[in-house]
Amino acid sequence: MDVIIENLPLYWDGFLRTLFLSVVSGIFALIFGTLLAAARVSPIAALRGFSMTYVEIVRNTPLTIAFFFAAVVLPRLGVTFQQFEVAAIIALSAYTSAFIAEAVRSGVNSVPVGQAEAARSIGMKFSQVLNLIILPQALRTVIPPMINILIALVKNSSVAGAFFVLELFGYGRQLANAHGDAVLWVLVGVAFFYLLITVPLGYFANLVERKVAIAR
Amino acid sequence: MSSVLYDVPGPKARRVSLIGSIVGAVAIAGLLWWAVSILAQQGIFEAERWAVFQIPDVWALIGNGIIATLTAAAVAAVIAFPLGLVLCLMRISDVAWIRIPTRIVLEFLRGMPVVLMMFFVLLVFATGSFVAVVAGLVLYNAAIFAEIIRAGIQSLPKGQREAGLAIGLTSFASRRSIELPQAIRRMLPSLVAQLVVLLKDTSLGYIVSYEELLRKVQIMADFLGPDYLFPVFFVAAAIYIAINFSVSRLAIWIEKRGSKKAAGGVVHVPVAGIPVK
Repeated sequence: MDVIIENLPLYWDGFLRTLFLSVVSGIFALIFGTLLAAARVSPIAALRGFSMTYVEIVRNTPLTIAFFFAAVVLPRLGVTFQQFEVAAIIALSAYTSAFIAEAVRSGVNSVPVGQAEAARSIGMKFSQVLNLIILPQALRTVIPPMINILIALVKNSSVAGAFFVLELFGYGRQLANAHGDAVLWVLVGVAFFYLLITVPLGYFANLVERKVAIAR
Repeated sequence: MSSVLYDVPGPKARRVSLIGSIVGAVAIAGLLWWAVSILAQQGIFEAERWAVFQIPDVWALIGNGIIATLTAAAVAAVIAFPLGLVLCLMRISDVAWIRIPTRIVLEFLRGMPVVLMMFFVLLVFATGSFVAVVAGLVLYNAAIFAEIIRAGIQSLPKGQREAGLAIGLTSFASRRSIELPQAIRRMLPSLVAQLVVLLKDTSLGYIVSYEELLRKVQIMADFLGPDYLFPVFFVAAAIYIAINFSVSRLAIWIEKRGSKKAAGGVVHVPVAGIPVK
């Protein structure tokens, strides 16, 4: 127990870095994922093909491999980073965006056909149908699964700890090495800080699910 | 893909779409070409870089890695599923002092990074890395399986359980012989999808130094030198994708097969959407 209190500043630092990695990668993933989903339903075949291939490949690749490519292989190919955080953000957002894309796409598919038909029949263009009618409704159905993806992102950011980024898990490893006699408490401390993010997010997802549910 | 979002294209729209397709394809091809030319500058495409894959020992090593990965995944899945079933039954138990603690445990397990659990088992219980990997995967995935099966049971009409109780089955007997068989069949696609996640998560074994595919590949890359980094990881990624892709196809196949059956069928996210071609 003492080991947690003594190292509280380290834990706090790690907690903030985990939060930072998750928030930044989350924002990139949301943007890129939504673009991918839009490409997936667009009339342009090349974009559809690209989006489909990307999602299929990334969803079937382990995150650890994505990290290897970002942190080890990319620098060898001339893309160097000042900090490993950048590599972690690239890997996390590339990985998460595929899942976001899938969630948004199934949200688009959950909007009743009549909505799109009505919009079409009053003369809206593809972009108008998507922006004004489909997406606002789709996003509501998509929010709960989206929050679950973001929870997974927070947990996935722990992989960065194995790639030289000192976030919660990274500090946890360090502390566990330094305090061999108190490993249990060190890791309980790490677990506590993860739960501090993931459990409230989970409750938030439930709450939103009840609030925004549209009765159809 | 979705036919309602835009008109059935006429000659003009088809021309625009064709031009769009060509521009899009050119842009994507340009991006790819740029990536490939960077790779080529590094000499990635020289034959000798890939010649390592002619050595039988390399494939023996990769084969060992694949076997280790599949073993960990199989053992974990086989333990996690029954455990998830038990946890699910406890989670929806009528008895509060079973239900509430189970709920807390499940929340805890779901909110935790898998790699942290592996690390915990490795250090605190001082087990080998294989046990640590399997234990971490079992704890996490049992919790997820439990939640998936619970969702399946809750999606059943209330009458199923009521009928079971009405003909004099005990609560447990009704769950076992009426609700669970339907729930599991309904949730089969989600359960198989979770198997893909489990398979992917075995690669976290790398971090607790379990010698699975990724670890083997990394050892190989260290041994061969940085020149072989890209080919070696490329092949590793391709193997993972091939395995997971087959399992995903299996999930889709089960879903199609299940939806043909009249009674149970699989649960769909409200599909009353745009017709999918």
